[in-house]
Amino acid sequence: MLGRLGWDALPYDPVVIGGALSVVGGLVGIIVLITVLKRWKWLYKEWLTSLDHKKIGVMYIVVALVMLIRGLGDALLMRLQQIIGSNEANAVLTSEHFQQIFTAHGTIMIFFVAMGAMFGIINLILPQMLGARDVAFPFLNSVSFWLFFSGMALVNTSLIIGEFAATGWMAYPPLSGLEYSPGVGVDYWIWSIQIAGIGSLLSGINFIVTILKERAPGMSLMKMPIFAWSVLGAMILVAFSFPILTGTLAMLSLDRLMGMHFFTSDMGGNPMMYINLIWAWGHPEVYILILPAFGIFSEIVATFSGKKLFGYKSMVVAIMAITFLSYVVWLHHFFTMGGGANVNAFFGIMTMVIAIPTGVKVFNWLFTMYRGRVRFTSPMYWFMGFVVTFTIGGMTGVLHAIPAVDFQLHNSLFLVAHFHNMIIGGVLFGYFAGLTYWFPKIFGFKLHEGLGKLAAWTWIIGFVTAFVPLYVLGLMGATRRLDHYDASLGWQGLFIVAGIGAVIIVIAVGIQLLQIGYSIWTRKQRIDHNGDPWDGRTLEWSTTSPSPSYNFAVLPQVKSIDAFWYQKQGNENKNEMETFQPFHLPKNSGIGLFIGILSTIAGFGIIWHIWWLVIIAAVLIIYSIVHRANDRDTEMLVTKKDILSEAMG
Amino acid sequence: MSQANTSIAPHNDKSSLGFWIYLMTDCVLFASLFATFAVLRNATAGGPTGAELFDLNYILIETLILLASSFTVGMALLGFRVGSKRIALSMLVLTGLLGGTFLALEINEFQHLIHEGFTWQTSAFLSSFFTLVGTHGLHIAIGVLWLVYLAAAIYRHGLDSINKKRIVLFALFWHFLDLIWIFIFSIVYLGAKF
Repeated sequence: MLGRLGWDALPYDPVVIGGALSVVGGLVGIIVLITVLKRWKWLYKEWLTSLDHKKIGVMYIVVALVMLIRGLGDALLMRLQQIIGSNEANAVLTSEHFQQIFTAHGTIMIFFVAMGAMFGIINLILPQMLGARDVAFPFLNSVSFWLFFSGMALVNTSLIIGEFAATGWMAYPPLSGLEYSPGVGVDYWIWSIQIAGIGSLLSGINFIVTILKERAPGMSLMKMPIFAWSVLGAMILVAFSFPILTGTLAMLSLDRLMGMHFFTSDMGGNPMMYINLIWAWGHPEVYILILPAFGIFSEIVATFSGKKLFGYKSMVVAIMAITFLSYVVWLHHFFTMGGGANVNAFFGIMTMVIAIPTGVKVFNWLFTMYRGRVRFTSPMYWFMGFVVTFTIGGMTGVLHAIPAVDFQLHNSLFLVAHFHNMIIGGVLFGYFAGLTYWFPKIFGFKLHEGLGKLAAWTWIIGFVTAFVPLYVLGLMGATRRLDHYDASLGWQGLFIVAGIGAVIIVIAVGIQLLQIGYSIWTRKQRIDHNGDPWDGRTLEWSTTSPSPSYNFAVLPQVKSIDAFWYQKQGNENKNEMETFQPFHLPKNSGIGLFIGILSTIAGFGIIWHIWWLVIIAAVLIIYSIVHRANDRDTEMLVTKKDILSEAMG
Repeated sequence: MSQANTSIAPHNDKSSLGFWIYLMTDCVLFASLFATFAVLRNATAGGPTGAELFDLNYILIETLILLASSFTVGMALLGFRVGSKRIALSMLVLTGLLGGTFLALEINEFQHLIHEGFTWQTSAFLSSFFTLVGTHGLHIAIGVLWLVYLAAAIYRHGLDSINKKRIVLFALFWHFLDLIWIFIFSIVYLGAKF
């Protein structure tokens, strides 16, 4: 009846019980809080069922922030283990649990922090930047979010019921096959990212169509803000790499569920095929995350330098070059496979070539600042932290691109330091900059600048302290994912420094939370009255802050790049209500939420082999889709009267 | 009415573009399955090869039935264009029947293999064969379900703009599956013999 599920699925190890209790406690706390405040109805009507891209964006960001804290907790446990773990296995965590922790850390940080924050920011700002009222498919957008949420829910369920994969975040077979990982851990990994991945794929399609079809009148592609270009590149990558992930996970799952032999070590199975396929998704994924960060920095640098972005066309070419090149470098993740000198040489050279468009971008940003009237606001602090750390990370990346060097560095802590250099210094700093920059547009008031600058400095210092020792340790021969090592190697000192760095990062996150809390508390001092707090250049600043649910009562007419800046130079009057025409907005829908819940249930059923549950959930999902398709009244008309009455109060 | 129906392809339409992109993503999904099949096609682990298992005549009949269903879907679209609910509905039902027959034949082929003792557990080659062909079959099954829904919606609401948009998307989907099948026929079945 309950498949593999039994009482033994509950945690017994004290550390695991602690983790489980924190999840359950957090959940109960939230439920009690909402009930006491009598906010259930409000939550359901205003948020959970909303199809407004800004609200969906905020929900993405909230989930990503909570998951950032969870992932950070995992990181701290790993640091602690490696500080104490000289000469002693099972110091803090058992080996098995340590392996689950580093797998969960990677999975959560990539899929539920970085991807979540990326889709959050794109949702928040892209339609407004294009002068659009919403994304192309608002309902699909809600489904995407709830599938993402569903995947997140499954990862965290594994803390309480069962276990998580102990295979590393890419779950290489044959280790992740049934023979060596018979438990539910790998299944949790597969289905949480399978469900979230399908959500990402739908989002990718949605944003491509939004960019191609929803731009304001007059905004030709070459008048589009660079952020929109970067999102277009990233979403093309999503559309053409996530199906590979879907297929690969499906095949691994078939190996595990039906005894197939795709990736087993016997019966003709080929584990290297998995590694090729997963990186054919995994490498574009890196650029999916970093391209929007590049776009964010392009907007920020132009705004705060008071200048047009240097080299707009070269920026577009660079983005598209990176989009293309990121498909032809996947093999550099496993030069040691033994593909032969020619294969390795090709992928090594392609990898080095990617540094060229990336370098073009860095110089474009620097030249934008050159002779600009630069305002050193907190988004610019993130930018400058980014330029330094990202350039260092890029150079260590080019080192890795040389196959002969990679043979030495493969699977070492040098590699771990390198990709954290890119993901933290590149992706995360970019998203933090973007959130700070666009916060007033969404919430109507700015974040506290001083605390923002302090957070940026603390992050940068924490990052350097935590990861430079890992570079050194990697060169000294330390491999990744060590739960203990011989004391005579003399690594412990550097691991302690790295641990201190991790603590500084925790303090930095604390400062960010303080910044948000304090800014909300004293928001009256930071209200954005005219909708343009930074003297911005792009269309999102031309509407009020917080922007209305329809973004623009009258769609803006675009005549040049930096359309709003052009308007402000007196070249054009602001939109007049005389030309107003009624338009449609999507009505709220709970179907996305239900599909998310049902997907979680279906995923849980597959993981535990509770097949009747899977069938019920699948039938209900089909029913939900039919129900939605039958609903021929999904939009409401917004008239001039509605807009005036909303503006009055 | 006839004026409104002259152009069936929604120009500059969001859902049409979105659906095209979806089809391309599905294409990538099939591409990864094809690539896996290409790598594993000789990994028979001592089991039978494709040349020993496949009956090309049988597959040819399957292929012709699927191609015929593409033709009937085209006829259904034409029915829409001339505003004839009767032609559109009957052609859709015919498409559904052909799709259903194709599925039945495929399931029969699978059952036959399993009955002979050659399952997806026999070898990596057969794992990838069953998965690739089965994924196409799954798409056809979803297509048939969609068709049933679409026929019911046309029966209820007639040839309105929403149904018109949906039938165009369905036709795209169905032709796409045909195209994938041509690749399966050429690479999996014909490739096994030559």
